[in-house]
Amino acid sequence: MDAMDAQQVTADTRRFRIFRYKRGDEGGKHFDEFVVPVGPRTTLLEALLWIQLHRDRSLALRHSCLHASCGTCGLLANGREALACVTPVSDLGDEITVEPLANIPVLTDLVSDMGAFYARLPDRHPFLRASEFLPDADSPEGLSEYVRFEDCLECGLCLSACPVASTSRDYVGPGALTAAHRLLEDRRGADEQALLDWAAGPNGAWRCHAAYECTEVCPAGADPAGRIMAIRGELLRRRNGSER
Amino acid sequence: MSGTGVTELPGARERAAPGPVLHKGIGPAPSGWLDPRGRSLGGRAFALNRVTGLALVLYLYLHLGVLSILLFGASAWDDLLGVATSTAFLGLDVVLLFGLLFHGLNGIRVGLVGSGVAPDRQRVLFWAGAAVGGVVLAYGAFHVFGAG
Repeated sequence: MDAMDAQQVTADTRRFRIFRYKRGDEGGKHFDEFVVPVGPRTTLLEALLWIQLHRDRSLALRHSCLHASCGTCGLLANGREALACVTPVSDLGDEITVEPLANIPVLTDLVSDMGAFYARLPDRHPFLRASEFLPDADSPEGLSEYVRFEDCLECGLCLSACPVASTSRDYVGPGALTAAHRLLEDRRGADEQALLDWAAGPNGAWRCHAAYECTEVCPAGADPAGRIMAIRGELLRRRNGSER
Repeated sequence: MSGTGVTELPGARERAAPGPVLHKGIGPAPSGWLDPRGRSLGGRAFALNRVTGLALVLYLYLHLGVLSILLFGASAWDDLLGVATSTAFLGLDVVLLFGLLFHGLNGIRVGLVGSGVAPDRQRVLFWAGAAVGGVVLAYGAFHVFGAG
């Protein structure tokens, strides 16, 4: 702890408790504390990078685009899922606890193994494509209410927030089910029945307990819980013989 | 590298080992669903639903155990009733009623939301259930203590 860390937290500083873990050191999980100077617009990512630059070069974290497009910097801020690049420190109080995402294996410090998240996606998960609104087309009435799964960042915040995923590692989770629903909506080349069979499996859509935490934390407004409910509706319609 | 006989980099095995799966902080893994930090209404309802569910299962076995006191005769049963009608015990009856109401009404809410009847009405349904449950709980508590 240096001279600055020993100072009281003032209006221009925040105390950070950062989760630390290095692979292979299972007993070494702990929190390190840092006092960080902040401004009115300082983001959580900027504060973490300040720690990395000025206090501890060994702090590992992920980031890329800096504007909530890539979904790389997802973590827990005071227990709540957030993208660090667009989370103002001023919203988080004087003492801020930062942890890696829950329900996803930790690689080191704040870095999660997103491979474990992607592995949950349906086998024939396609690359997400860009929105396809033609510039000279008329926007459909009520367009502002449309939710397009192209908005999904695949950041994993939904899986981290899901309480059911906390109770079962086998549950595929809201992100994967949202990807499946995206395919069902698009219907171009997707094997609908295979997707629905996958979603109807014992660790699929019916495991959801409608807590809606995924939708609450989704930074892109992709509404994963709504997608899960839509899949259930489709499953029920097919079971009742009223396929749309 | 093959010419030197080195087949893997130092620390490669440690790095390849799977890391821990955290469940909201350092603690026993199953505690994640119970951690209230950052959770919204649905997450807290899920946690309370689980707690009340586990408590009701525990109560079922406790209830069967208590009923077995009948095997020890009428006087033993009368002694139990003396305890069961105390104010503290009646308070536990109200707690039990709360558990039953919350678990049942929340279960109806989850069923309505999850079966597609009202998929986008989970908050409204929660507060509607809370209102109904609150009235029934107050009515039940009045009668429980009134009977005492």
